[in-house]
Amino acid sequence: MSNIAAKNPPLLSVKNLTLAYGSRVIQENINFDVKRGSIFALMGGSGCGKSTLLKSMIGLLQPKKGDYQVNGESYWAASQNRRIDIAHKFGVLFQSAALWSSMTVGENVALPLQMFTHLSDSMIHRLVELKLGLVGMEYAIDLYPSELSGGMRKRCGLARALALDPEVLFFDEPSAGLDPITSKRLDDLILNLRDGLGATIIIVSHELPSLFSIADDGLFMGSENKTPIAYGSPSYLRDHPPNEFVDDFMHRQRSDYKKQKG
Amino acid sequence: MTIKSEVTPLQSSPSWKLDCNNGRNILTLSGIWLAKNNNIPTIPDGCFRHAYDNQSLYFDTSSLKQWDSSLIVFLWSIKLQAAQSNIPFDQDSLPEAACKLLSLLSEKPAPVAKRAPYHFQPLVRVGDWFIQSLSDLGKAWMVFIETLKGITSIVAGKSYMRIVDLIQYIRDAGPSALIIISIVNFLVGSILGFVGAVQLRRFAADAYVANLVGIATVREMAVVMTAIVMSGRTGGAYAARIATMQGNEEIDSLKVMGIPISQYLILPSMLSLVFTMPFLYLYGCFMGILGGLTVSIIMLNVTVIGFLQQTFGAVEFNQFIFGGVKSIAFAIFIGISSCHIGLKAGRSAADVGVAATRAVVAGIVGVIALDAIFAVIADIIGI
Repeated sequence: MSNIAAKNPPLLSVKNLTLAYGSRVIQENINFDVKRGSIFALMGGSGCGKSTLLKSMIGLLQPKKGDYQVNGESYWAASQNRRIDIAHKFGVLFQSAALWSSMTVGENVALPLQMFTHLSDSMIHRLVELKLGLVGMEYAIDLYPSELSGGMRKRCGLARALALDPEVLFFDEPSAGLDPITSKRLDDLILNLRDGLGATIIIVSHELPSLFSIADDGLFMGSENKTPIAYGSPSYLRDHPPNEFVDDFMHRQRSDYKKQKG
Repeated sequence: MTIKSEVTPLQSSPSWKLDCNNGRNILTLSGIWLAKNNNIPTIPDGCFRHAYDNQSLYFDTSSLKQWDSSLIVFLWSIKLQAAQSNIPFDQDSLPEAACKLLSLLSEKPAPVAKRAPYHFQPLVRVGDWFIQSLSDLGKAWMVFIETLKGITSIVAGKSYMRIVDLIQYIRDAGPSALIIISIVNFLVGSILGFVGAVQLRRFAADAYVANLVGIATVREMAVVMTAIVMSGRTGGAYAARIATMQGNEEIDSLKVMGIPISQYLILPSMLSLVFTMPFLYLYGCFMGILGGLTVSIIMLNVTVIGFLQQTFGAVEFNQFIFGGVKSIAFAIFIGISSCHIGLKAGRSAADVGVAATRAVVAGIVGVIALDAIFAVIADIIGI
């Protein structure tokens, strides 16, 4: 290991991971490191297992084989209580935002603070206002999720994910269902949050323009051979595709169509 | 002029100081600003009263140590107050990460969206409830009529109902419910037998325990208890399933494609109950009488043959017909009401729970109310 690598160990490290639902293997031999403060993209065709890998990384699905380390500590080898402690470093924005429908937006953001800190009510209220302010939703503090549009819910979901000042932020299809302007604003927000909070970001997305503009590094997962087929930033994989499938994916076209065009 | 935070006992505690001297406004931040320490200072209102107008507010962060979101909370309140006092906020002197976060926060936050204030108006609420109830009754009746039309479509061979759905629903409503129907009816029969034995033994009328258990079970208890169990078990499940479909826009997609919900969803639900409830009722009668028989054998000096002879002598065949008709009426009521409640549910997870609860409550209350009506009808026609 070089001196630089020894001084800056990866924040997240996935080693020989195999993911499966029962006996059905989804992906195997997954290996990658995520550097602190980077934006890491999980890419691949529909159904290749990106969201399954994300589930495993946030503690919702135990891998069949392999190791997943957070700050050098094996996540799945740790005790249940230790895993909960580690998970407090995570903030997750789910695809549907997953706001709790029986609570107001403010209560959604406040709940993790009430559960896992000993802050005074006034401090919690100020932090809730801040987190909602960061995503431009401070006016919605007293509204219920059902009173918000899809984009607003996503931003409020992000505010909730930021509640505990996480070291790692996971985004599952953040731009899905959003118009291009809202999607671009969300990209800018992600970049600003990375720079402002110093958070490391893992993002699952199909939105290529978004990935090209924000991701520093990434992993491309294949669905046919059930194993990762390329490593590198989305823009690098676009310019240096290792095979035809990645080339097609990154340029949003089919090989047979390309051949017809000559 | 200098304003500063309250004196803090530790050097590392978060503190601030505003110096407005020599034409410059300088805010000095020092210490450790971590929310978890619960000691984040606040900025008093009007702290820029003595600041120089139109002169930028600069920051001295040379003594600032660790910080997190709590510093941004503080700086945001400074930024808002500075904007109100027309003092330009020079954030370049702040740590770069703090600048990035502050740039996301507006100087003039949009006003908090408020719901219309609640006024207690009992008459208005009672009126609303009455009109809503009438409206619901009308809509449920329309659903029933539409579902009946679906039956005529089946006869005409043009139904949208899938037989495979009907078979699945019948399996869920019938065989899967046998265990709970057995337990409930056996215990109710046992209780009837026990109460009867204790009371009738006083008058040396032990033999009439069989009459009591038989008539009460066949005429009332088996059908009512079975209907209550089915409204809790199956009616609640129907309402929750349809409410979930509502939330997933599955109902919308059926409507858009022109598939009648009454035939595709409600008809198999209702028919499955109509087909299974009479059999469950008969099974409930058997289990109830068995419960009464078991208690009678334990507590009284009766034989199995004697108890059964007494029972069938007391219970006429038309009692079974009457119970069967009631079970079909209850089945239609549970099917229609639970599906209707599911269809008018909201689209959130909480609404699914509300719909299931309402379906169970409406089912139980409705079954008992219908049973009271049947009791009056039975009296009139002399059953």
